[in-house]
Amino acid sequence: MPQMSIVEALNQAIAEEMARDERVFCLGEDVSDANGGYGGAFAVTRGLHGKFGPERVLNTPISEMLIVGMAVGAAMAGMRPIADVQYGDFLFCCMDQLVNQAAKMRYMSGGRVSVPMVMRAPVGATGRGAQHAQSLEGFFTHAPGLKVICPATAYDAKGLLKTAIRDDNPVLVFEHKLLYGGKRTESGALSMVGEVPAEDYTVPFGRGVVRREGKDITIVANLLMMYRAMDAAAELDEDDISCEVIDPRTLAPFDYELVIESLRKTRRLMIVHEDTYSNGWGAQLASYIAEHEIYLLDAPIKRLAAYDVPIPCAPVMEKFVIPSTARIIDAARSLMKM
Amino acid sequence: MHSGAPIAREPDGSAATKSLMGQSKINIFMSTIVMKNTDTIQLESDVSAKTVVALPERTKALGMYESMVRIRKYEEQIYFLFLEGRISGSIHQSHGQEACAVGVLYDTRPTDYMASTHRPAGHDLAKGVSLRAMMCEMFGKANGCCHGKGGAMHMGDISVGAVPANAIVGSNIPIAVGMAYSCKLRRTDDIVVCFFGDGATNEGGFHEGINGAALWDLPVVFVCENNFYGASTHVQATMKVQTIAERAAAYGIPGERIDGNDLMAVNEAATRAIARARRGGGPTLLELMTYRIAGHSRSDASAYRPDDEESAWLARDPIKLFRGRLVEEKVATDAELDAIENSVQEEVDGAVQFAESSQDPEPEDALRNVYAGEGEV
Ligand SMILES: Cc1ncc(C[n+]2csc(CCOP(=O)(O)OP(=O)(O)O)c2C)c(N)n1
Ligand SMILES: [Mg+2]
Repeated sequence: MPQMSIVEALNQAIAEEMARDERVFCLGEDVSDANGGYGGAFAVTRGLHGKFGPERVLNTPISEMLIVGMAVGAAMAGMRPIADVQYGDFLFCCMDQLVNQAAKMRYMSGGRVSVPMVMRAPVGATGRGAQHAQSLEGFFTHAPGLKVICPATAYDAKGLLKTAIRDDNPVLVFEHKLLYGGKRTESGALSMVGEVPAEDYTVPFGRGVVRREGKDITIVANLLMMYRAMDAAAELDEDDISCEVIDPRTLAPFDYELVIESLRKTRRLMIVHEDTYSNGWGAQLASYIAEHEIYLLDAPIKRLAAYDVPIPCAPVMEKFVIPSTARIIDAARSLMKM
Repeated sequence: MHSGAPIAREPDGSAATKSLMGQSKINIFMSTIVMKNTDTIQLESDVSAKTVVALPERTKALGMYESMVRIRKYEEQIYFLFLEGRISGSIHQSHGQEACAVGVLYDTRPTDYMASTHRPAGHDLAKGVSLRAMMCEMFGKANGCCHGKGGAMHMGDISVGAVPANAIVGSNIPIAVGMAYSCKLRRTDDIVVCFFGDGATNEGGFHEGINGAALWDLPVVFVCENNFYGASTHVQATMKVQTIAERAAAYGIPGERIDGNDLMAVNEAATRAIARARRGGGPTLLELMTYRIAGHSRSDASAYRPDDEESAWLARDPIKLFRGRLVEEKVATDAELDAIENSVQEEVDGAVQFAESSQDPEPEDALRNVYAGEGEV
């Protein structure tokens, strides 16, 4: 099977869907690589201009309301836009278009319009300070009408993005800057490549995946935190603590069943995310389990998240704020003593 | 509803115009009427409305009259229904502004798109949304044009090109641009009409949206209905420039200020703007000077509007003005026009009856239509 980075997988998904369906087009700042352009802030749309031309790879002004508003309008008028912002933090410039417009249009029309659009946004802290760092996926899980996905492997990136493009609803795709792979050498980046089938495939929404099987603790973690949980699990194995790591892959819809299935075996739950602690998607998962399956648990639910502060710039502080492998290991050890 | 014969068209006030601006509200009012003839901001086309625009052939003239009357009677009916407590919520009524809706939309196609605001009824009716389905929506019925989920501020029907109206001021502008981009990508010659108020032109979406549409020569007609107020705040208290039309210059597109109560002046300007959009010439910004008869919303008595301004504008009722011409120029008789009014009144009364006897949605219908596909849950 071909090996590739997440950037390449996303690029392939977009290129294949654009070739397959002429309603699909991209728009965003610097998405074109004509005349020395970037081909996307993280090079995800590189090469698409050459294949599909400037109309279907639309370079926009620095106008986030325009980008998302156009995506909403074009989607209602028969297209399948893939919009792009350079950093997830910039989505706050167009919250209205996402939450009041994209999410509510179908409902307000009584089901007579649909908004089949994709909104891609990179998240994660990379030493750039608070306005280029936030993991904001939790915000959007609070908006009925939106779907929220966060692929952490090349396989999922391609398969989930294809599902997103074919979905008739607005889908937000959160990609982690340290997981993109490829040529970017970001400090702390995991330069992984993963296997991606050559043939067409999709990954369904609402299905998490068990990344590692275990019997003592269920750790649910997304994006970069999933990899830290995997590292922690490998170390904890040596202490005879066996962790099952679940990657939810999509946050809305969320695969509660997979977590509950795992808890039947482990009876202990830890949730790890890079989003802040209060009211993140982890809070929702924890309360859901407490509400519906509390008797499965032998110990309190443990949540690890970024502390409730904006992301600081200095590496020592940034590292401190975001859950590390060591913090996950410590938390797992204390959870086993309860 | 309002007495007083249609007053004559304002004379050409030429150079005095600018110095009148901003001195007092009544001066602003006068100057706007003058400006339609003298000070129109035009970058491309040079047809200023100095001359009275001729009436169209009879079928169109009567069709436009009927369309304006339909809006008026609908809005009046809605108002009474609110007073009587038969429908709930709030309303932002468009009567007084009928010439804007009808003048712009009369010649559009069902496949053209239209994006409206919190004050959408006139636009929707002129675009061809079913009056009955709108009335049902006002009563919160299952067969409302939005299944009862939209209500007064989100009225629309995509099957005639009216996307759900937008109650976030200015946010329909970038959306309209996206619809226009779709028209362009799909190689149709359909266009988009985007309505908004004077207040909306101070929103960021106005700037981002119009700049984008201009940049890519997209087929949109931006229609600003300048009714002098955003809620209770006068337009001159919200911007340093004198007109909204001149803002078009910042985007390199034509901007025109027109008497929005003069149906044919609106129609003539819209015809040019629509033709320009259809042939790929790009967007136009039309500023239609008009006045709402009712308050901003149900609870608003318009205490901020000076009496002389109000009476002067209400005397320029667009329906009365147009009717005066139809009779004067012998396109139709009073009896014929009365007959139109009566039949529209019957239509409205019938819609109320129909809506009142229609089924409520099931409460659980509230859980549907959140997501497309898979059982619609
Ligand atoms: C973003 C936003 N801000 C404020 C409001 C509240 N509001 C509703 S209508 C309105 C006035 C709008 O004025 P204008 O654009 O001139 O339209 P008009 O009401 O005169 O038709 C305001 C402030 C809103 N709906 N949306
Ligand atoms: Mg206004």
